[in-house]
Amino acid sequence: MTAASNSDPVETSPSGLAPGQRRPDSERRVLSPEAEAEIRALAQRYPDPLAATLPALYVAQKDFGFVSLSAMRETARVLGIPESHIFGVATFYTMFQKQPVGKYHIQVCTNVCCALNGAAQVLEKVVERTGAKPGDGPTPDGLFSVEEVECLASCGSGPCVQVNYDAYEDFVDEVGVDAILDACRRGERKAWGE
Amino acid sequence: MMSRVAGPDFYTFEGFGSDLFPNLMLRGAGDFENWHREIYERKHEGYIALRDALKREPAAIIAEVKASQLRGRGGAGFFTGQKWSFMPKDTPEKRHTRYIVCNADEGEPGTFKDRAILEFNPHQLIEGLVIAGWAMQCKAGFIYVRGEFKWLVDKLDAAIHEARAAGYLGKNILGSGFDFDLLTYRGAGAYICGEETALLNSLEGRRGEPRVKPPFPAQVGAYGQPTTVNNVETLAAIPPILRMGGEAYARIGALNNTGTRIFGISGHVKKPGLYELPLGLPLAFLLNDLAGGSRTGRPIKAVIPGGSSAPMLDATAFDVPMDFDSLAQRGSMAGSGGVIVMDEDTCIVQAVLRLARFYAHESCGQCTPCREGCAWMMKVLDRIEHGEGRMEDLDLLESLTPRIGLRTLCALGDAAIGPVQSALEAFRPEFEHHITHKACLAGGRRLLTSPAVSAAAH
Repeated sequence: MTAASNSDPVETSPSGLAPGQRRPDSERRVLSPEAEAEIRALAQRYPDPLAATLPALYVAQKDFGFVSLSAMRETARVLGIPESHIFGVATFYTMFQKQPVGKYHIQVCTNVCCALNGAAQVLEKVVERTGAKPGDGPTPDGLFSVEEVECLASCGSGPCVQVNYDAYEDFVDEVGVDAILDACRRGERKAWGE
Repeated sequence: MMSRVAGPDFYTFEGFGSDLFPNLMLRGAGDFENWHREIYERKHEGYIALRDALKREPAAIIAEVKASQLRGRGGAGFFTGQKWSFMPKDTPEKRHTRYIVCNADEGEPGTFKDRAILEFNPHQLIEGLVIAGWAMQCKAGFIYVRGEFKWLVDKLDAAIHEARAAGYLGKNILGSGFDFDLLTYRGAGAYICGEETALLNSLEGRRGEPRVKPPFPAQVGAYGQPTTVNNVETLAAIPPILRMGGEAYARIGALNNTGTRIFGISGHVKKPGLYELPLGLPLAFLLNDLAGGSRTGRPIKAVIPGGSSAPMLDATAFDVPMDFDSLAQRGSMAGSGGVIVMDEDTCIVQAVLRLARFYAHESCGQCTPCREGCAWMMKVLDRIEHGEGRMEDLDLLESLTPRIGLRTLCALGDAAIGPVQSALEAFRPEFEHHITHKACLAGGRRLLTSPAVSAAAH
């Protein structure tokens, strides 16, 4: 949640732009009609339409592949909520990816309980085998991106590795890393956004 | 479904010997079919307490929970019955819309108990919520689940659907005239949202920043309405309490520290896992008799007894009874029940630095003492770890911590200083060795990722 990990997505990208300078948004600019309908339905679900902000951002993330500036603007437009609010929320929470991620987004918990059982070495192995570094976005082939994350509540069965927020892999060691990555390469894990 | 939790073969869900003391909250844990309503009703006395509760006055339910002396299992250990009684009653002039919120934002390092209840026993949580809703006359309940537990939100939604189909949720529940429904809400990755007012902000679709108190949630909570926030485990304890009666429940455990709770043991033990136990058993019993002692063969050096925010204990304190008051007396806290075990080869400086990094990352940034203080603690510890520390840095850390604690809106600042202060007290020679020898005193496995890997992320 600190500024370093959550500031303007454009500024954190390794683009060489000056602070505050914006790169043209190369992504699609509008939500798909299905995603827009889903967000409209969400707005009816809670006592206050504002409460749909987080669920709507998940929909936008899935639709755009990540929470780009256009994704935020579109969420604001459909919900009828100021862009500043959406931007503030999207940048507060770490699960809204403000940069593109790979087809398989690998998250490794390196907090103390997992670290006691070798999480640091597991993360290093993931980085070595995928070539993706935390914070550097996806590999050139778009297959992998890697993130070092905080406690995933798998402390008794760590190190814990998560693939695309979906599969928990417990008791992962350096050999287990290869098995997970191979399963991804063979397409046996759901791709990001599926 | 690809998601899984560790299954029963290598994971412990046993309580205090199931013949001697049956589990109250982890009943059937380990069985992946256990979550269905039909099994909960057939095997675990499911929804009996709710049927009974709806025939009683709401005030009588609160009195029963008060008699049980149940204390909140989220961390603070506040008496649940008392918390419930803070909710305003309707008067002829003012009718309130009240809400109950379940805190399932389990994120405290070392804690993995709520996850097991959601995975194996969601109906017990739902039953607890409906009873709480009846006792406080709430209009609806929200279950705020951390974003990473997506598959558990899906499971919970399925369980809620089952409960609604059976008439335990919705309009006119079991013919009582009581209308109540549940809605799940998924967070998006912020430890601070486990703090109840930050959780309420997040539930309203805002940044998860803690609120100024007062007003307390019982006056102004979710969507501006009176709200009670309870932890998953607290609510799951309600059906057994009502089935056995508050007084009978209060006879389990220790004086003023009643009932059972789920301890999650992790780190260097032979049998990590979840153990549901009466409060007040000695830590050494948990470590040695249940978790099998050190897995590495080396003696256990330090234990964090209640989630990462709890000050750590050294081997002289392993006789401490595991309850709220005893742990507080020994300068630590029962917290969320996460017991983190470190053997002799663990570098305490690295462990503390890793936690300091966590708190610096998770500080929401509203209060200057926490935002700046956590970052500075991390930076000073970082230079000690990397052989650039000076002896005065230890005094600097000791002068820094009291300037963070108790000076912030929420308890994150207090939590952040716990590991640092307690480690400096109990393991100061390790810090000094790092400064003078530019190396770890303990020779164990490296706990921190190499800067080459994590530089971009931090």
